[in-house]
Amino acid sequence: MSTAPWARQARRAFVLPAFLWLGATVAAPLALVAAISLGEATQGAPPFEWGFSFANYALVLEDDIYWGAFLTSARIAGTSTAICLLVGYPMALGIARSPPTRRAFLLFLVVLPFWTSFLVRVYAWLGLLRPTGLINSTLQAVGLIDEPIGLIANAFAVHLGIVYAYLPFMILPIYATLERLDPALVEAAQDLGSKPARTFWRITFPMSVPGMVAGALLVFIPASGEFVIPDLLGGPDTQMIGRVLWLEFFQNRDWPVACAIATMLAALLAGPILAFDRLRVRGT
Amino acid sequence: MNMVRTLSFVPAALGAGFAFVYVPILILVVFSFNESRLVTVWAGFSTRWYAELLGNVRMLEAAGLSLGIAAASACVSTAVGTLAGYALGRLGRFRLRALFTLLLLAPMVLPEVILGLSMLMTYSALDRAIGWPGERGFTAIALAHATYGTAFVAVIVEARLRGLDPALEEAALDLGAGPLQAFARVTLPLLLPAVAAGWLLAFTLSLDDLVIASFVSGPGATTLPMLVYSSVRLGLSPQINALATVMIAIVAVLAYFGTYRAQNRS
Repeated sequence: MSTAPWARQARRAFVLPAFLWLGATVAAPLALVAAISLGEATQGAPPFEWGFSFANYALVLEDDIYWGAFLTSARIAGTSTAICLLVGYPMALGIARSPPTRRAFLLFLVVLPFWTSFLVRVYAWLGLLRPTGLINSTLQAVGLIDEPIGLIANAFAVHLGIVYAYLPFMILPIYATLERLDPALVEAAQDLGSKPARTFWRITFPMSVPGMVAGALLVFIPASGEFVIPDLLGGPDTQMIGRVLWLEFFQNRDWPVACAIATMLAALLAGPILAFDRLRVRGT
Repeated sequence: MNMVRTLSFVPAALGAGFAFVYVPILILVVFSFNESRLVTVWAGFSTRWYAELLGNVRMLEAAGLSLGIAAASACVSTAVGTLAGYALGRLGRFRLRALFTLLLLAPMVLPEVILGLSMLMTYSALDRAIGWPGERGFTAIALAHATYGTAFVAVIVEARLRGLDPALEEAALDLGAGPLQAFARVTLPLLLPAVAAGWLLAFTLSLDDLVIASFVSGPGATTLPMLVYSSVRLGLSPQINALATVMIAIVAVLAYFGTYRAQNRS
């Protein structure tokens, strides 16, 4: 009759299939990439030989095509994250302070683009920013400019694309912290004579820091490995590491170097990823 | 009323933010109905690009392949992700929990180029060892996408579990239900909204993926995003605008029922 303690223990067996799946589909492939990164490129099929040398890493660290792309990625992802914060914070605040009945709809509007194809959203900007695009042709029609201005294939377009694509990731965690903030705190400050701006900087802002950090990590981590945006909107001065990895694989067909880049990128992102996981566990 | 006063610029910022998000999409949709081949000059209303789209066999084949892959991979993601989310949410501390969490979340946070590369390296090694998957088509892409989607399903399921009373399942166990029975008869029905939302998310992610599919697929398999990407690289085409409009319409309806309505009900 009393099978409960046994059953409670047996639930643990549920972990096993999931663990096996993760081992086969995540751990083994990543380990394989790390192993191939120590090998050497050849002409055969597959185009590499196993080995144990750090030559590919040395190449990545020596050639500025590679390490320069790491730096460019960090810089572009960092600046874009900051812009996302500046654009996203007031939006999150606006949603948190709107009537509860309207909040669900506003949140839906934030999330909807995230469900829409990433490629389509980048494509939408392509049509606006091109030399013959809508912005340039409109500016020329009203006579503000004579020649098309360079809106695309530069750092401006890449930043714009990243901010556009990743804005929901910034808004949602900030909104989550603002929503949980006890309105009584803000009311108390105002009853005691604090002006709205002062109340904001002294109470609301400091309490929303965890949401900002979570949002910043959620934008920075994927943006730094971005391929589509620098590929379609960027130019020679916005060579990001995700695109360099892509070219190394598809054009140079150098698997070991591509694997070395992937391993280094994963290692560099491990810090931000672990920081995010810690925040997630604390419930942000 | 209005005890919590808003900083005066906040509503304006919200409006401007939404304009930034939606105006480009709106313009894209408007120009899908443009008569002219030029995507930037308005020449009158027309649905010719939709007609051309319907006649584009390659596009339709790619769409069919992508929908099939998305449905299959979403099912696998949902099955494994629900188990994994359950493990995180209900089983407390178990051995190697930190490793489990790390492996589970890695596909969600690592850049897609790394995931794509790692899956292809695995398929290539497997192919040499056991002769599978050979021509990397439907199954290979669907499995890679399932890997990607599992993490998202698990996170949604875990979040829902945190809001459910563990006593319900414990009661079933105390009353003599086996662990499988308690899970299937008590926990799973309660989790259903999260499981459904997870399936939809995994489906959408797969349908949208360019990078992983590009790495993994063999020469014979082209998904819809791969086709869109290669035609976008060649230049803008109103057909892509029309396709994008159809996709946006479908996604808006799915998202409305999947998130907005679901949230409002619960």
